[in-house]
Amino acid sequence: MAESGLMEDLYREIILDHYRQPRNHGTAIEPTCSADGANPLCGDQVRVDVALVDGVVEAISFSGQGCSISQASASMMTEYVKGRDTAAALQGDEAFQQMMLTGEAPDIDGFDDIAALAGVAKFPARVKCASLAWKTLAQALADGGGSVTTDDGSR
Amino acid sequence: MTSLADLPAVERLPYDIARIRRDFPILKREVSSGARLVYLDNAATSQRPVQVLAEITRFYRDHNANIHRGVHTLSVEATELYEQARAKVARFIGAADPREIIFTHNTTESINLVAHGWARKHLQPGDEVVISEIEHHSNIVPWQMLRDERGITLKYIPMLPDGTLDLDAARSIITDRTRLVSITAMSNALGTIVPLDVIVARARAVGALVLVDGAQSVPHMPVDVQTLGSLGVDFLAFSGHKMLAPFGIGILWGRLPVLESMDPFMGGGDMILTVSMERSTWADVPAKFEAGTPNVGDAIALGAAVDYLSALGMDAVRRHEREITDYALRRLADVPGVTIFGVPDAERRGGVISFELDGVHPHDIGQVLDTKGVAIRTGHHCAQPVMLALNVPATARASFYIYNTTDEVDALASGLEEVGRFFGVRK
Repeated sequence: MAESGLMEDLYREIILDHYRQPRNHGTAIEPTCSADGANPLCGDQVRVDVALVDGVVEAISFSGQGCSISQASASMMTEYVKGRDTAAALQGDEAFQQMMLTGEAPDIDGFDDIAALAGVAKFPARVKCASLAWKTLAQALADGGGSVTTDDGSR
Repeated sequence: MTSLADLPAVERLPYDIARIRRDFPILKREVSSGARLVYLDNAATSQRPVQVLAEITRFYRDHNANIHRGVHTLSVEATELYEQARAKVARFIGAADPREIIFTHNTTESINLVAHGWARKHLQPGDEVVISEIEHHSNIVPWQMLRDERGITLKYIPMLPDGTLDLDAARSIITDRTRLVSITAMSNALGTIVPLDVIVARARAVGALVLVDGAQSVPHMPVDVQTLGSLGVDFLAFSGHKMLAPFGIGILWGRLPVLESMDPFMGGGDMILTVSMERSTWADVPAKFEAGTPNVGDAIALGAAVDYLSALGMDAVRRHEREITDYALRRLADVPGVTIFGVPDAERRGGVISFELDGVHPHDIGQVLDTKGVAIRTGHHCAQPVMLALNVPATARASFYIYNTTDEVDALASGLEEVGRFFGVRK
């Protein structure tokens, strides 16, 4: 789009690709823990199901509805987390939240696609969209489930 | 108290949109992408004309003092200006007496005032309050809270798929046990204009009072409380910020005998007649409901906003918005992938158009439009029951006011076409 340095910062091609063809979306797995996340302001909803085997994410699936940013972020998150252990997954969450603050992509193995979301930091209204899936993942891993919202002030 | 007759008659001007736009300097600004602002989020809040901004400055620069207290010149002047604003608002909505105008902070507080001051005093367990499925959360939540506290029954007039109310159902939902019907005059989410006549007639027949949420109607069309719904109503709640006035000033109008029957909402200064260590007695209406120092400056600025709208004429305001809305309904219908929610004709809706664009989340629509300078609202519009009934998580909403032009509608439409291309919408 013409006047859209800003637009290109936000809607990178890899983001639209994950949005149009989300990975690990609605996959049938046998979860050992799950969580629901909601962004009450805009109606984004995501559910994350995780199958942990010996502390490693053997399978993961997400479902829900939301904008391109929230759905793409969820898709990328599942790709990153799959096959990693809980500690690495939570490190990913930590790095992601940091990226939303600084707008700088972290130098972390497996963050290649996710780094495309760094531009979201320039759009404060959309940071909650991008963070929802990660927050929901952390909730699922933290105490075996529950629900989170992006408005509870916990982050 | 200033009487209505003391106020000068307002001179009517021809509806000159270029002249109106000159009064709103913000409409000349650019957004972060460099595009000229196209402000289509008026159902959330309106912009303010220089006349209103000047009135705020004038008050604080020349007259600032607390009201109803001092004998000094400034306090007397401030009190006079505040009470004049009350009288202007009274005349604007056809109130019989300026004392029937209570200044609050917003529509939400006005409705809560009725819930606390009237309903808590007069309603018994089993009494019914009837609202509708298309209400803003501000006309749902206070009644749910009262239901849980007092054991009243809360009933909803359902919405039909076209965004109108099921009036046949309304006739049976409003019963002999109904004590209050609290209903919007116009849906903020869909723009539906509610045919109040039917509902008010039924409410009157069973002896129920009627509260009208006028947040979306008072700024946009002629409203006279004596003839609202043909038979007139008992309460009207609305906000200044949607009608050119500052944030933080709201209005509750009520019939004087009803207001006099009510308990205060908040206790404190200015609302008492006497206070001893043991007990207090209440001041008369409206002071009884205006505890503490009120929002004096913004009330006075609201008076200037009312002057501005009166000079345009609310018939002209409504006519302009109907034309813009009619144009927008036809223009948006031509955009590939757009579905418009609600009634299809501008006669039965205000200047609000909720829509979706096939396969694109409203957030993304709003984000891309922003790069074009087009400001719309996306989300559930504080009307989640409506979203539930439409089976969508959110909608995109464009809403118009006195200064919007057909060129701006074109900017919206071409922006949406570009959104569609960007996200690959198929027709």
